Amino acid sequence: MQKQAIFQSKLLPYALVAPQLAIVLIFFYWPAAQAVIQSFLLQDAFGLSTSFVWFENYLELFKDPAYFAAIVRTFAFSFAIAVSSLSFALLLAVMADKPLRGSTLYRTLLIWPYAVAPPVVGVLWVFMLHPSLGVLSRYLRAMGVDWNPLLDGDQAAALIILAAAWKQISYNFLFFLAGLQSIPKSVIEAAAIDGARPMRRFWTVIFPLLSPTIFFLLVINIVYAFFDTFGIIDTMTRGGPGKATETLVYKVYTDGLLGGNLGSSAAQSVILMVIVVVLTGIQFRFVERKVTY
Amino acid sequence: MANVTLRSVRKTYPGGFEAIKGVDVDVGDGQFCVLVGPSGCGKSTLLRMVAGLETITGGEIDIGGRVVNQVEPADRDIAMVFQNYALYPHMSVYNNMAYGLRNRGMAEAEIKTRVEEAARVLELSPMLERKPRQLSGGQRQRVAMGRAIVRQPKVFLFDEPLSNLDAKLRIAMRVEIRKLQRRLNTTSIYVTHDQLEAMTLADILVVMNGGQVEQIGNPLDIYQKPATTFVASFIGAPPMNLMPLRSDELTSQIAGADGAGIVGIRPEDFVISSETVSGGVALGLTVEAIEHVGAETFVYGSRQREEQGVAANPGELPPGEVIVRVPGATGPAIGERIRAVAPRDKLHLFTADGRKRVAG
Repeated sequence: MQKQAIFQSKLLPYALVAPQLAIVLIFFYWPAAQAVIQSFLLQDAFGLSTSFVWFENYLELFKDPAYFAAIVRTFAFSFAIAVSSLSFALLLAVMADKPLRGSTLYRTLLIWPYAVAPPVVGVLWVFMLHPSLGVLSRYLRAMGVDWNPLLDGDQAAALIILAAAWKQISYNFLFFLAGLQSIPKSVIEAAAIDGARPMRRFWTVIFPLLSPTIFFLLVINIVYAFFDTFGIIDTMTRGGPGKATETLVYKVYTDGLLGGNLGSSAAQSVILMVIVVVLTGIQFRFVERKVTY
Repeated sequence: MANVTLRSVRKTYPGGFEAIKGVDVDVGDGQFCVLVGPSGCGKSTLLRMVAGLETITGGEIDIGGRVVNQVEPADRDIAMVFQNYALYPHMSVYNNMAYGLRNRGMAEAEIKTRVEEAARVLELSPMLERKPRQLSGGQRQRVAMGRAIVRQPKVFLFDEPLSNLDAKLRIAMRVEIRKLQRRLNTTSIYVTHDQLEAMTLADILVVMNGGQVEQIGNPLDIYQKPATTFVASFIGAPPMNLMPLRSDELTSQIAGADGAGIVGIRPEDFVISSETVSGGVALGLTVEAIEHVGAETFVYGSRQREEQGVAANPGELPPGEVIVRVPGATGPAIGERIRAVAPRDKLHLFTADGRKRVAG
């Protein structure tokens, strides 16, 4: 049974939600509306005149091969980040779920990276993998890898994916561990008696029972990779070398704040907003109703 | 088909806690063995050790002539029915039953035959495509049974399979399990804390307490000749009346009570009468409460003189209180003074510590 508060006055409930509504309206809907309006406008280079251009900013974007490349790049990044951090976090969670000595300690340690701010994560990895200063770079060189993420776009991309995925592992780990612990022990024991070896048990029983968690995290990770990697990219590569690590969010920043093309930047933001809405919609639709079982 | 033999089996946890303190049980081929005892007596641990879900820290478990101490659960050729059923929630009823067969690489056609046969026996045929969450408690219980029988294992293990069902369904399923086991003739070990379930199901009853076996035997033998006061008070409902023999009232009357410190009398062995019984027991009681069950009536009476209590075991009477069963619906009124007598051959005599039955 749901608890329901009963209010005497009709005004009180509205007054209680008003602060929340005000925050959402002022800090979310208002800027969002501004972005939508801005995306229909074209400003000259000095900001002296502004003209209403309908969908020209959008059309320009879709004709621009650089924008298309950024879309592909962003999806590739998101996919790589989500898959690598999810699979590694799942591996860690499965191992941490075993009744071992000191499990509380290393569970706590595994959660720590989440508390590190993205730009700090970026700086840490940049130093570790800096071509001339990095500790890890020396080993890579010793293994014969021509390691220089400052010049090589693919290596820079790998670096971003590595740092972004590393940061997200803690979050995923936490959810996976909770998911694993919510699977009744007797179900796994029943599978063991039913003759399923550990690997088969994992893929036929544990993995399907985790699928709601996996799907939830997949969406969360894609959203993270889309939007929250800005800090990491900004500190590590600033979108470079060339445009090799410029994602959609980073492009909004470079085109708008650095390039001064506010109209196009606003149009890009609106497109990103649509993507978030779609992802959130998917999340609500499937996660809320539980996947598979 | 196999017999299961436990030889001085022990379980000591890393913390030093001894859950099982050396248990010897021999379950013959096709027999139905019930482990019964209060919660925490180690009965479930023992069953899980037979299943291979708990390590064995001492002694040997032998299934069908093979010591299985180091054998994985999957290779012991056993099937287990769990208290919470432990069905795979993401699989249909069919797949729940087929899973164990698929894991053993059986051909799909053979799996289909076996699952459909089990479903027919358990009246699950119309719901093979359903998921466990779409089933009632009793149906889930039957799926758990089905999952065990399709495998045709050497041994069935049951871990309190009926305790999540309501009272009526529990009795129905109890009869079903017994019939099924008789027909399949598969050796079974069944854990329960319900003494009635234990009495009705068992070929061999193992009464456990504190990690040890108190008594092993045929249920009726155990009922009629309990080896310790614990067994005497645990088996049978309402429990046996246990009284210290020190009181003059008792010792003077009972013939041949040498070495005995406690006397036990089952409620149904009392008769309300004013006659004297030579060598038996006669107790003067004040009626304090009456329970009408329909076919019988339980009279709770207090003895006039305060007695020193016998060490209290679960389900045992408080010192000084005596239960008398009267057939039918008529009994004395509350506050009335009655005299309950029991003949010598209905008395159970135990040593003062309650650990041993005194001959006779």
